[in-house]
Amino acid sequence: MGNNHDENHAHHITPLETYLKVAGALFALTFLTVIAHHFNNQLGVLAAPIAFLIATVKAVLVMLWFMHLKYDSVMNRVIFGAGFFFLALLLFFSGLDIWTRVAEFSTL
Amino acid sequence: MASAAAHSDKNYLNESSGLWSWLTTLDHKRIGIMYFIAVMFFFLLGGVMALLLRLELYSPGQTIMTADQYNQVMTYHGAIMVFMVIIPGIPAILGNFFLPLHIGAKDVAFPRLNLFSWYCLMAGALLAFSTLFTHKIDTGWTFYTPYSIKTGTSVVTMVIAAFIMGMSSILTGLNFIATVHKLRAPGMTMYRIPLFVWALYSTAILQVLATPVLGITLLLLSVERAFGVGIFDPALGGDPILFQHFFWFYSHPAVYIMILPAMGVVSELITAFSRKVIFGYTAIAYSSLGIAGVSFFVWGHHMFVSGQSTTAGVVFSFLTMLVGVPTAIKMFNWLATMYKGSVLMRSPMLYALGFLFLFAIGGVTGIMLAVVAVDVHFHDTYFVVAHFHYVMVGGTLMAIMGGFYYWFPKMFGKMYSESLARLSFVFIFIGFNVTFFPQFVLGAMGMPRRYFDYIPAYHSLNAISTVGSWLIAIGFLISLYVIVKGLISGEKAPANPWGAKTLEWTVPSPPPHHNFDVEPVITAGPYEYR
Ligand code: HEM
Ligand SMILES: [Cu+2]
Repeated sequence: MGNNHDENHAHHITPLETYLKVAGALFALTFLTVIAHHFNNQLGVLAAPIAFLIATVKAVLVMLWFMHLKYDSVMNRVIFGAGFFFLALLLFFSGLDIWTRVAEFSTL
Repeated sequence: MASAAAHSDKNYLNESSGLWSWLTTLDHKRIGIMYFIAVMFFFLLGGVMALLLRLELYSPGQTIMTADQYNQVMTYHGAIMVFMVIIPGIPAILGNFFLPLHIGAKDVAFPRLNLFSWYCLMAGALLAFSTLFTHKIDTGWTFYTPYSIKTGTSVVTMVIAAFIMGMSSILTGLNFIATVHKLRAPGMTMYRIPLFVWALYSTAILQVLATPVLGITLLLLSVERAFGVGIFDPALGGDPILFQHFFWFYSHPAVYIMILPAMGVVSELITAFSRKVIFGYTAIAYSSLGIAGVSFFVWGHHMFVSGQSTTAGVVFSFLTMLVGVPTAIKMFNWLATMYKGSVLMRSPMLYALGFLFLFAIGGVTGIMLAVVAVDVHFHDTYFVVAHFHYVMVGGTLMAIMGGFYYWFPKMFGKMYSESLARLSFVFIFIGFNVTFFPQFVLGAMGMPRRYFDYIPAYHSLNAISTVGSWLIAIGFLISLYVIVKGLISGEKAPANPWGAKTLEWTVPSPPPHHNFDVEPVITAGPYEYR
């Protein structure tokens, strides 16, 4: 097959140091989550969103460096993003039902 | 073609022999045949169950089985037909065999993964059948909570089986996407691939994006059953309707996993047997993607009366109607292709025409059901049963049969009895309408689905429906005979018995192990008729 390998981009090799730095950041963020948990009561309703925010940052780090998305073609990023789009879709319409259902039927 | 003639005695079937050479094969064509054998067996099993269901429903009252047994047979019939027949049907059999041939490739992108996905389907199927010997499940193929959490049957085993079979579907989809992107022959641009490939590509996107959600949902169900985590059980703070959201987020796109490849087959058949270049290639190609996209936005139409909020119902009702647009685009393009063509009424074309007729009914009744006020009455009645059988059997199964008769000479290098194949079509087509049309009327009269009994007022239409199911059975038995006879004593097939133009017809029948002795170079579109 003539055209089945990518001529245009060489394989990127990430230096070990970068990996270690990212790993360090992941550990730091894990500690941050634990610390945030100590203020659970003060944070109130914000506790969960903050935990999710930290987790999101961690996920992005993993995707960009460990999963090499940072150095990949735009197409791969689009494909990756598509997954999140569909997740958002699932949550949006399920949420639409649940919010409006609560408003419709709840006695609260 | 001198080189092709030189080793025309060697082909993918006799390249190597013995059971082991098949069980370890990496050849997409052999894997397609292995899927064919498996799916045919599942179809036989599911079909016998269908006949039993209809027999029970021949007259009111208990006849051949108890209410509990009816629920079980109904569940296995539905689950087998959906997860083991219609979903793998076209992509895994015809897609595996012809996608690489259609784009001028030697194989799919990941041959080992391809074999692995066959084993996934087998493992899942075995696990599913194992529940027949433990506590037969009776939840229906939809596994709705809260019943599926409360019932004492082997739900977890069955659900894990569906999970594994879903894996098979995902891997096939992944393989096809990579193959279409990476292995097209020189000159085979995206606008020169046959429409069957476009359809498989759109299907693959659905398989890859939607099936994981089914997997997770079924795992959540298992976790809830095993550990009492409150996700779906209201007593634990869960929401049973959430299960339906998650389930249909997969299962509505799944009905397009079932129908899109069928539409691809029909595109091939109609252009080949009209001797005319397909009308509106780009429109058909993009409407496949359009259908795939829209199908993700409509799942709530299964939940209009389940307790979903009115707001959500209205939104889903509107969005559902949109699917009619790309679907109608295809319909009109097929009709326009036949217009002023020289239509050849060979058996594959008969099935394609059967598809157009039956799928139109299935599709339009779907739009009816998308109207909330109508669905409130029709939901869970036989109207729905008739609707989805018109789509799945009238649509997908017709296309499987048509595609199979079209490609049989290529797959096995033998011809079959044309007159018997037509006879089989007549029985299936008439039998299908006799079976399922009365069910629209029964549904409109209010007969609920998933019951083993009914009031005497529904008797005559049910009896007609049952007789119809026997006609279908005769039709399929004739087809089985046609296949077996063709395989044993069919005449040798030429490379291109239909005078069709796509690439698979340029290689010998059956194709050699590596498909093309010389890599083809493509200089024109796929349907150069006139
Ligand atoms: C070939 C003739 C067939 C006959 C006579 C037949 C008959 C039936 C019957 C009597 C039911 C039960 C309806 C109820 O009580 O609610 C049923 C359900 C069903 N059938 Fe078929 N069937 C046939 C083929 C198929 C095929 C090929 C498929 C696959 C795509 C299929 C998919 C289903 C599904 C999904 C259900 C729903 C089960 C449920 O209620 O959850 N059927 N069929
Ligand atoms: Cu649907």
